[in-house]
Amino acid sequence: MCLAIPGKVKKIFDDNTAEIEIGGIIKRANLELIPQVSVDDYILLHAGFAIEVIDQKEALKIFKAWEGKID
Amino acid sequence: MKYIDEYRNKEIAQNILWQIKSISQKKINLMEVCGSHTVSIFRNGIRKILPPNINLISGPGCPVCVTPIQYIDEIIAFSRKDNFIITTFGDMIRVPGSNSTLEKEKANGSDIRIVYSTLDALKIAYDNPFKNVVFMGVGFETTSPTIASVILKAKEEKINNFSVLCVAKIMPPAMKSLLDAEEVNIDGFICPGHVSAIIGSKPYSFIASQYNIPCVISGFEPLDILQTIFMLVKQIEKNKAKVEIQYKRIVKPEGNKIALEKINRVFKIVDSEWRGMGKIPLSGLEIRDKYEQFNARKFSISVERPKEISGCRCGEVLRGIIIPPECPLFGKICTPEDPKGACMVSSEGTCAAYYKYN
Repeated sequence: MCLAIPGKVKKIFDDNTAEIEIGGIIKRANLELIPQVSVDDYILLHAGFAIEVIDQKEALKIFKAWEGKID
Repeated sequence: MKYIDEYRNKEIAQNILWQIKSISQKKINLMEVCGSHTVSIFRNGIRKILPPNINLISGPGCPVCVTPIQYIDEIIAFSRKDNFIITTFGDMIRVPGSNSTLEKEKANGSDIRIVYSTLDALKIAYDNPFKNVVFMGVGFETTSPTIASVILKAKEEKINNFSVLCVAKIMPPAMKSLLDAEEVNIDGFICPGHVSAIIGSKPYSFIASQYNIPCVISGFEPLDILQTIFMLVKQIEKNKAKVEIQYKRIVKPEGNKIALEKINRVFKIVDSEWRGMGKIPLSGLEIRDKYEQFNARKFSISVERPKEISGCRCGEVLRGIIIPPECPLFGKICTPEDPKGACMVSSEGTCAAYYKYN
């Protein structure tokens, strides 16, 4: 039930909602829990609400930490 | 999909697994308390690739599964009343109550509608001003702000025919309850990523400081879960106990302050009944008096004493004491097609995951 999916913000509307692209599908999301979001940000969508913005720098750290660590 | 596919990289998974094997010596039990983690662990075969000294146990991480039978009976009673529309997330519709399910009531003519979002439930109320629209308020902290948000919206827009029958729950007190019961040895917690996106990392700190048990907040893809296990093993092997965040691309230590403010504004924290676990102090959310017009408990409803399903051992599965095949009903008369217990109904239930992937 706590399932949430990452998606890219395509358009932001005046009513505090946005169009989010998730794997080629466009969904509408309510932005009131993360008002600081911008177009091209990636957000996490849960039950019609964007609940967090994805930190793109943090997202890469796992690869820097583990890539090529052993052969 | 970005932020999903790259976290399924096989070579990196093997690297992390190799590192886990190289540092892991103690025989340990790690518990996940999120249904989405349970499903991901099974789907990706993580239990099978770990060294035999690391045992993963599923806990009470599925909101559908921990919702008491009495609540299901109450919502069924609402659905039988004239002039009521029940709105619910799809997961709840097949959960057995004492004598029926919402699915059966719908087939018998009750107006029960599955919604994707609390916002959809509010819209149904707006579109049906002469009906009482009740939303089933089931969920953990990930979902609670979305329930709070529509209650605030209903008040603002004076949609007075909308109400919520709330049994929303808080996860850290349930983790405390498991530790206090001492029925299962837990050496580390894989903490729920999306619950923690809302509440942050601080609410788990008592587990590390008072119980000396490490906690790592985890993402949901295979690399996330393997890295979380590595972080837990590292702490355990060094006899450390602290709260760490693996899922840093989403979770901040302070959580989502706007979401928390909405939860605090609309709800008060109350003792709450968990299926299979009993009443856990300060583990549930109830609507504050200020918003009582949106609390479905304003309607009088009475149900008989709930009847437990004979032979069902969901309670022990939820507490991590037994694994599903130890239940006499599992796979015989309790299957995903004809579930008897809640853990088999929900796709995120431990029994359903065992049945599908083992």
